[in-house]
Amino acid sequence: MKRLLSGNEAVARGAWEAGVLVSSGYPGTPGTEIIETFSQFPNVYAEWAPNEKVALDVAIGAAYAGRRALSAMKHVGLNVAADALFYVAMTGIEAGLVIVSADDPSMHSSQNEQDNRQFAKFARLPCLDPADSQEARDFTIKGYDLSEQFDTPVLLRMTTRICHTSAPVEVSAQRVTLPAPGKYPRNPAKYVMIPSNARHRHPVIEARIQDLAEFAETFELNRVELRDTSLGIITGGIAYQYAREVFPEVSVLKLGMVYPLPHILIADFARKVEKVIVLEELDPFIEEQVRLMGIKLYQPPGVCGDIYPYPNTKSIFPSIGELNPGIVRESARHVGLLADHTAIKTGEKPTPPVIKDQNLLASLPGRPPVLCPGCPHRSTFYVLHKIGLPINGDIGCYTLGVVAPLSAIDSCGCMGAGIGVAHGAAVAGDQERHFAVIGDSTFFHTGIPALMDVTYNKSNVITIIMDNRITGMTGHQENPGSGKTLQDHATIAVDIEALVRAIGIERVATVDGYDVSTIEKTIKGWLKSEEPAVLITRQECVLMPEERKKWTPLSVVLDKCNGCTICFRVGCPAILKSEKLDPKYNRPLAEIDPLLCTGCEICAQVCPRDAILFRSQVERQPEIQASEDFKLNASKVAP
Amino acid sequence: MINSKYLRPDSQVLSFSLVGVGGQGTILASNVLAELGLNLGYDIKKAEVHGMSQRGGSVTSYVRWGEKVFSPIVPEGEADILVAFEKMEAARFYYHLHPGGLALVNDYSIIPITVSAQLEANNGPIYPRDETIRAALARVTDDTHWVEGVAIAESLGNAKTANVVVLGALSALMEIEVTLWLKVIEARVPSKYIELNQKAFEAGRKAVL
Repeated sequence: MKRLLSGNEAVARGAWEAGVLVSSGYPGTPGTEIIETFSQFPNVYAEWAPNEKVALDVAIGAAYAGRRALSAMKHVGLNVAADALFYVAMTGIEAGLVIVSADDPSMHSSQNEQDNRQFAKFARLPCLDPADSQEARDFTIKGYDLSEQFDTPVLLRMTTRICHTSAPVEVSAQRVTLPAPGKYPRNPAKYVMIPSNARHRHPVIEARIQDLAEFAETFELNRVELRDTSLGIITGGIAYQYAREVFPEVSVLKLGMVYPLPHILIADFARKVEKVIVLEELDPFIEEQVRLMGIKLYQPPGVCGDIYPYPNTKSIFPSIGELNPGIVRESARHVGLLADHTAIKTGEKPTPPVIKDQNLLASLPGRPPVLCPGCPHRSTFYVLHKIGLPINGDIGCYTLGVVAPLSAIDSCGCMGAGIGVAHGAAVAGDQERHFAVIGDSTFFHTGIPALMDVTYNKSNVITIIMDNRITGMTGHQENPGSGKTLQDHATIAVDIEALVRAIGIERVATVDGYDVSTIEKTIKGWLKSEEPAVLITRQECVLMPEERKKWTPLSVVLDKCNGCTICFRVGCPAILKSEKLDPKYNRPLAEIDPLLCTGCEICAQVCPRDAILFRSQVERQPEIQASEDFKLNASKVAP
Repeated sequence: MINSKYLRPDSQVLSFSLVGVGGQGTILASNVLAELGLNLGYDIKKAEVHGMSQRGGSVTSYVRWGEKVFSPIVPEGEADILVAFEKMEAARFYYHLHPGGLALVNDYSIIPITVSAQLEANNGPIYPRDETIRAALARVTDDTHWVEGVAIAESLGNAKTANVVVLGALSALMEIEVTLWLKVIEARVPSKYIELNQKAFEAGRKAVL
């Protein structure tokens, strides 16, 4: 039975087939769909935890209790969960535990591109690195066997390209039947990591990783593909696909388990080929281990790294960014590896490469990520921009407040960082008052302890919790404030205002996220005192299905508009400059794209000339001349 | 073995590069091409590249058909078929296309915020003229087709079917059974919209024939 599955869907499928009962994760691109897909299988438990640390603890609890468990997160989520990762590496488990790290080479939607294979080595865990959807499913299943055979959690390392590529996958309709779990273990020597017990466990896990390295020698996931032996490539993960695409004829050692490595297998492979190289994405993770084994990798004479505009840490291929066949080909050609192995065997002349016209490409207007039309975060950023004080931001849609013309984020590092950074600047005696801006889901994730620091240690930070009632950027996942579980079941919704008061903040207000003047008045009032304060700007994400039903495009009364540009300063993609000019000032008048406008009224509120109609006014006069004008001007091109 | 007039002599994999703007249905179109390839008995890979924003950003999607497909990414200059759902994106990604490949452009513009939100008049980037877009494509191929996907879809009553109009146009340029295309599309749209999508597909076919 073959199905078209993304890598994420394939992991979920494999986990279900392997009999996994419990999964917990926190949403994060590129891995969000793993838990979402798994939750839809019958007879499973799946949840969104408030953060990755909690998620991993939950999966560990299930695995201690004898149920196979899955925890999935993006690469930086594993930093949050690292404490849990390291203790479970020490204790081992009762039933299989697979931890998925969805890495993001090239940082398509992340703050760094850390290579989480390193975590496997750091914590002494086996690491599986699938190369496509089929392997994502197969390796997940294999991961549970490995986990139980060696009493170890298993790290399944995915990358964006594996997560978000769909390919046919052979699946089974059968789910394995596992023996009923026994009684919860009372085994303090193994599970209570007080120093005296932990000291006994450390040699156990060092021995375990050595046993795994021996096992790796004959593990079916590591395979030698002998073809032309003039070149041998040691590779794993997505890089295997590029090796096959660019060097279809050469020999490959395909490592499905990239930690620990099979020494004898690698040495044998190196002996069978004339030159051996390593092809891997990001860090020289395999390369360094292979070198430490004393295996001589092909070292291009004198040209190492000189095509990269940074100090490259690998011998041939770039250590920064995602690979692709073009990059692999160029790097290989540069060190003379492709001269012998091009596909010119057929006698075809290679086609000349397509030249990129850099002048043309630079002249095209970009489409940078921006807050959506109707985004309820826009109003607060408009106000904060006007106030002009430093703003310590956080991870979520609202990070896009950094984009001009709002330009209202001054720092953004990781989930939950904003409040602590603002507090740090404040206690350091920074002359300016600091704002911290954080979303509802991020506040639950790691914002709460930082807010406690603000009250406990008495700084004057003004925190704005942008509560759009959902985890927005990853595509609308429920969270502890939304009143619904992952399965859409009704549950307790955390009362953010009550929580903030319980932490000790006395100046708290919850306001409508779209209400520009109330937001401005409240913040300006608080700036007069030195007390810490929290403003909760509450408004559902405009892309939620219930909100979409309310969309009503607004329009501009051109007679009243004089092109003052204030509405352009809210940075809404739905507000365009029309081709009509104000006769007095010769400035372009505003117009509103009815296909994009949701009717949030932020622009109507800031317009000083009442030239933008509010919803109630639009509904009173459905035939709007302005909208007709828009159609005429919709295709705005250069003269 | 792939049977297509667009397959290059030195290649065993037929590569599509689909570009557009978030919200245009580019992903649905790439899903249709992926399923179509599977129905034709090929190995396929479909990869999506979309950045942070939910709506309004550039979206790129790759679909590859072959006996065996390795890389999910189509290397620059190796796409056999480039489909642009928004015309400026055709200029932005013209170099995806292999020399002589097929380019299909939806004659529709979506003005990006970098143009619409210029605070100072007449000194920022401008949306390119059609001639600029045509010239960019002409650097790699003469085999370019334009279809007014949105206008046709609007005339049928729903602008959202523009992506299916474009797929209809693509089908007219390829040698694959129409019934197979329709079967795949029908499986991916809600039943009450099947007839509308059939009409959109047929209108797209006629538009380039």
